[in-house]
Amino acid sequence: MSTQVGPVLPKLIGERVRRREDPRLIQGLATYVDDVKLPGMLYMALKRSDIAHGNIRSIDTSAAEAMEGVELVLTGAQLAEHLGPMPIGTPFPAPDHHSVATDRVRYVGEPVAVVVAEDRYLARDAADAIAVDFEELPAVVDPEAAMAEGTTLIHDDFERNVAVEGVYGGTGVNAETAQPEDDSAVDAAFAEADVVIKQRMLNQRLAPNAMEPRGVVAHYEPGRDYITVWSATQNPHILRTLVAGMLGMGEHQVRAIAPEVGGGFGCKINIYGEEYTAAAVSKMTGAPVKWIEDRTEAFLATTHGRDLLGDIEIAAKSDGQILAIRANLLADIGAYQVLLTAIIPTLTGLMMNGVYKIGVVRHGLTEVYTNKTPTDAYRGAGRPEALYFLERIVDMLARELEMDPAELRRMNFMPAEEFPYPTVTGLVYDSGNYVATLDKALEVADWQGMLAERDRARAEGRIVGVGMSFYVEVCGLGPSSTVPVGGWEHSGVTIERGGKITATTGSSPHGQGNETTFAQMLADHFSVPIEDITILHGDTGIVKQGIGTFGSRSQAVGGAALNLAAGKASDKMKQFAAALLSDQEVSAEDLEFVDGRIQAIGRPEVSKTFAEVADFAYIPVPLPPGLEPGLSEEAFFEPENNTYPFGCHISMIEIDRETGEAKLLKLVAVDDCGNVINPLIVEGQVHGGLAQGIGQAMFEEVVFDQDGQPLTASFMDYVMPRAADLPHFELERTVTPTPVNPLGAKGVGEAGTIGVSPCVINAAVDALAPYGVKHIDMPLRPERLWRLIQENGGQ
Amino acid sequence: MSDPVPITVQVNGRRRRAVVEPRLLLAHFLREDLNLTGTHVGCDTSQCGACTVLIDGQSVKSCTTFAVQADGAEVTTIEGLAQNGELHPLQEGFWEEHGLQCGYCTPGMIISALDLLQNNPDPSDEEIRAGISGNLCRCTGYQHIVNSIRAAAERMAQQ
Repeated sequence: MSTQVGPVLPKLIGERVRRREDPRLIQGLATYVDDVKLPGMLYMALKRSDIAHGNIRSIDTSAAEAMEGVELVLTGAQLAEHLGPMPIGTPFPAPDHHSVATDRVRYVGEPVAVVVAEDRYLARDAADAIAVDFEELPAVVDPEAAMAEGTTLIHDDFERNVAVEGVYGGTGVNAETAQPEDDSAVDAAFAEADVVIKQRMLNQRLAPNAMEPRGVVAHYEPGRDYITVWSATQNPHILRTLVAGMLGMGEHQVRAIAPEVGGGFGCKINIYGEEYTAAAVSKMTGAPVKWIEDRTEAFLATTHGRDLLGDIEIAAKSDGQILAIRANLLADIGAYQVLLTAIIPTLTGLMMNGVYKIGVVRHGLTEVYTNKTPTDAYRGAGRPEALYFLERIVDMLARELEMDPAELRRMNFMPAEEFPYPTVTGLVYDSGNYVATLDKALEVADWQGMLAERDRARAEGRIVGVGMSFYVEVCGLGPSSTVPVGGWEHSGVTIERGGKITATTGSSPHGQGNETTFAQMLADHFSVPIEDITILHGDTGIVKQGIGTFGSRSQAVGGAALNLAAGKASDKMKQFAAALLSDQEVSAEDLEFVDGRIQAIGRPEVSKTFAEVADFAYIPVPLPPGLEPGLSEEAFFEPENNTYPFGCHISMIEIDRETGEAKLLKLVAVDDCGNVINPLIVEGQVHGGLAQGIGQAMFEEVVFDQDGQPLTASFMDYVMPRAADLPHFELERTVTPTPVNPLGAKGVGEAGTIGVSPCVINAAVDALAPYGVKHIDMPLRPERLWRLIQENGGQ
Repeated sequence: MSDPVPITVQVNGRRRRAVVEPRLLLAHFLREDLNLTGTHVGCDTSQCGACTVLIDGQSVKSCTTFAVQADGAEVTTIEGLAQNGELHPLQEGFWEEHGLQCGYCTPGMIISALDLLQNNPDPSDEEIRAGISGNLCRCTGYQHIVNSIRAAAERMAQQ
């Protein structure tokens, strides 16, 4: 009896496999949208409004038109003859929003005219040569003042500048009963409370700032009435759908390509006016057209995130039992609704329950228009706001009751045995074991040791504090009932002749490493070397269908779709193998994939190589009965529920008494994202998320003056976290798999950002508690901290 | 607009001649005229460092340098680091330690790290963090970048 001798392939799922996308990226060989060059390509530039609010009296384009090399100049009104108002992806009523303003501008940076020229510099010169005469209107900047009687209306049809208004969240424990009700339950809970704490907090406006600005190349081919659009987007398939609609074409006439994309963080979900405009002017000129955003344009015209004001109340018993949360939320959404604008703040109320067993969570939400850049998703999108408000107020409760913040949290946790857990806000948390994660975090951080260290530092006269947060978030976005653009994902798996594998995925990554993680999955599934696998994405001409990459859904939804397609392909491949082995009395069910072979379970001598079976599938002589030739399968996957990752973050911070400068001394993150395909990539995701959440807590804020002029429109004024600003992160994980997809993976893209901001602010408040400080709004500006110390006798 | 100016620049060991507008940025000269698109533009104000290249061995932000300023100089871009198909130790380090995600800041980050290691072959983590503070990365939180540069320093010390 002979057994097959060959290399034994290691299992790759769960291994720290270095990324397969990196060789091109570390050598400068990748193709981002600005690297796309086409023969005869023209360049587009936009003339943008330099005032926040005003009517357009006239636009003089004559100087621009007279410049040699300028091909086309259009005002917004002229463009509107070719391009209608932009679609949005939510069910909320929204005002018309044109790619280029037609008669009125509503924020600084809103386009008013478009120029197409032979050269990038010339296009900018021509845009600068356009003169616009505005009738200025009062700028509406403060979201509370925006709703006041007599305030200028930004959109005539939206009274009090209110875009969305409602009260959500009742007292029930499932979706049926978690409907809007009256205030009786929450009033009763607050009446029963021994302690009530109320705090106004601002979750400030941020600029997402992917390092690659936005950009688009549109190439309309009149000969076949077909357009190809390259864009720095998170979701080429949505781009295809919307460009087709805007140009009056079918999806079959549009190919959308997300080439290498240099980060997204939510701001590249929206399909922007520049994408539609480039497509339209390419169609008008018959030439390829490129537009690349500069950084100041990115600050002005790429969507911002957050900007949610919360009046938060917590009711509790004196032993620490939390009875109710009441919140009034005011979202400053900026001048227009774009793709997902209005739905983002609604996620905040849904997650105000956090990880706690709370009887009543009730919140009101108002979204108002102001003369600012529109908001949309930014890493976390609605959940960081919820967890910030909740984890701040819970920490304030612990301080009020003089309880250890870890123990207060622990006594209120949803118990592990009660999962899946229906929340009073109408969600069903898939799985959770919060106690285990808390205990691990306390151990890794040495919480008691940290408290002692803080006290020693204080005795030396230093201003030091410790803080924690415990978050849960909703991600892995699907099913379709929870995602306005569709909650599924698509994948294809082809076994090529010769036995190599090509797979496609609608999860188009922009740094997430899907080319590696998905190849790890297939390598294990088929027991072939990872080098034999190619993952294709980001091109609707190659990837038939897809939704896109946001809401930490790549692994939980895209990975699950891949898994499904791989299962179909392997089932069929086994049937071909069984036909080849028909003289060995083996059926498809008896076969397994082992080290590049397909062999009978328990009889390794009965086998064919992977390549032999693949070749046979394409020249099947004779064709096995009931089988079609070839090995190319596809699958759609839609999960039955979202996933709910969670974790505990712990930090220590020091504030300089003389300068007010805060320095993070320690950051421990214990996260639970379920099963993990590649720990190296998961660590990278957590690190990046932490940096962005710390950025919000300590450094970042988009600021407008009273006239709606942005004061933070470059990296000179908007403080991004740099390497020297951040501590060495200490990471650990617990693993609580999700039952909602076969991988047990929950998603990890946003977790770090969601958990860490309240953790840092809790530490800062702890540091300043000896000065009577109970709350500090983000970011921790030195000037703000210095004043707090001075005002409270901290000399 | 001023008349075009002839320049000669040694780029990654190759002599390149061109006639350029005086206002042409070095970043655009490299990207558009020489098709070396590994040098990226991220901010236009020399804050983010995605466009970092070496000019005569020193790191410079090419988005705020005119091409004419590089006339007669030697320029190294990310495309010039690997030699004969062998990755530079910094490239190996970034690959091994997952020092990148979207990759957009990576070329500039690697060039800045090269400048750092040329001046300080055995930096502490703190010195690495200070050394790359002219470069922004939005994806990694910098920790794996620090690990990458430390790994590269160790590799280079062994060479």
